[in-house]
This record gives sequence, structure tokens and C-alpha cells, in this order.
Amino acid sequence: MTEKSDEQWCELLAARDGPAITDLRAALCRGLATALAGRADASAAEDFAQEATLRVLDRLDSFRGDSRFLTWAQAVAVRVAFSELRKARYRDVSLDALAAARALPEPAAPNAPDPGAALDRATVFGTLRHLIETELTDKQRAVMRAELDGVPQAVIAERLGTNRNALYKLGHDARMKLKTGLEAAGFSADVVRSVLAGASGS
Amino acid sequence: MTARVSDDQIRDLAGVLLATRPDELTCDEWLDRIGAYAEATAAGRPVPPNSELLEHHLAICPECREEFDALVAALKAG
Repeated sequence: MTEKSDEQWCELLAARDGPAITDLRAALCRGLATALAGRADASAAEDFAQEATLRVLDRLDSFRGDSRFLTWAQAVAVRVAFSELRKARYRDVSLDALAAARALPEPAAPNAPDPGAALDRATVFGTLRHLIETELTDKQRAVMRAELDGVPQAVIAERLGTNRNALYKLGHDARMKLKTGLEAAGFSADVVRSVLAGASGS
Repeated sequence: MTARVSDDQIRDLAGVLLATRPDELTCDEWLDRIGAYAEATAAGRPVPPNSELLEHHLAICPECREEFDALVAALKAG
């Protein structure tokens, strides 16, 4: 592979130059082999590099020039590969099945040493549960529950027919609603922090 | 889906809400800005100034954190 400046990479790839595309794919494949170590076999890196090359070509306009071009392209490639691995891990798992698993009876709360602290915690947690039910849209609620169940954003986005960026915005709007709702209910950040400190110690 | 959210999940959510701010980067915005920060991290250099939003996203988004660690590993090997 001949060394290229960032400007050369951008110009050649924008012109869909064949040798430059081949060089890019090889560079991404090498990087992915390291990035995926212990997560996928070597052949997966080749498959992901092919898909990542297409994604980089699609997103060339997003390169801001504040890093090396290949660093940015490698970041895109890692995003592509990890998203695919996460989706593969959840391929046979439905979000409804995860919700059903969560519906199993919860263990009784341990006796807290300080009844006042337990009351505070129960009030804050109860308020948060209420806000989830009353302040969020159905879609925000479903996304938040799936995220709390540990479902990767790439998987949730795929099931909902959206993308990770839109999903993040939706989740962020939901979190802002809940944060504002907690404050409106009289639970400042200091109160919540104090409750959490007590909860982690019980 | 009407299942109750567990106490552990509510506690985790409350922690995330404490860190939630109006001006967060989305995952795509973070992706397009993380290059120089990752290069500095891989090289052991000070990270660029004004990296607060990048670091906030790293702290609040476990998936981008995982990708960042993998990217830095790739940069170190390269």
C-alpha cells in the first residue's frame, strides 16, 4: 500500500478509485483483526472490513479532519463490526422474552439499617417508576426498558426499524423528561445522589 | 410490556439520570469526533482540549466505550 495523505485518501475515495478502495479495505481488515481479538475469528474481520469499507465511502463527508483519516475510518469500521456482533448475539432473542424474564417475582428487599433511608429510597424509586409510566411515550418506555435489560442499542434499533443515532436521541429525550420530573417532584440531584449512596451500601 | 422494572434497574437508571445533561453528543456525533482523542490515548499523549463532551459520552454509553477500547487497541497495534 502506498502512503497517502488524508487529502489524498479523501480525493481518491470520493472518486471511487479502485486501488485506494482496496488499500482502505486492507487497512481496516488489519485494524479489525486487533479490535476483534477474542470476540470473533479472523474471517469475521475480513467480512466486516468489506461492509465497513462501504460505510466509510458512504460517510466520507463526515470526516472532519481533526484526526488521521485512517483513524476515523477505523472508528467507523469498529462501529460496524461491533454492531453486527451485538445483533448476532441477540438474533434469536425477542425483546418481549426479555420483558417476560424481568417479570419474574423480585426478591424481597433486605432490611435496611436505617428505616428513614429506606423510606427515601422507596419514595425516589417509586416516583421514578411513576414517571416512566406517565411521562414517557410508549416507544420511549419500550426503549428504556430494553436498555435497562442490557439489550444493545444496535439490536433495539434494528427491531424498531430505526438507527442507533435516532435511538440515542429518543433515549436522551426520555432521560431528560425523567430527570426534570424528579426535580419537579422535589428530588434534587443531591437527594438522588444521597439515596443512591445509601442504596449501594444496603 | 408491563413488567415492573426491578430495584436494581431503577437504581442504575437513577445513576444515569444524574449524569444526564441537555447537550450530550449522539453516538454518531461522538464517532465523528473521537479520532484525535483516541490517537492521543493510544500514544499516551494528553487528550485534546475541550474533550468534555466526548468523555461524558464515554462515561454514559457503554457501547461506545467498548468500541473506543477496541479502537485504541487497534491504534496501538498499528
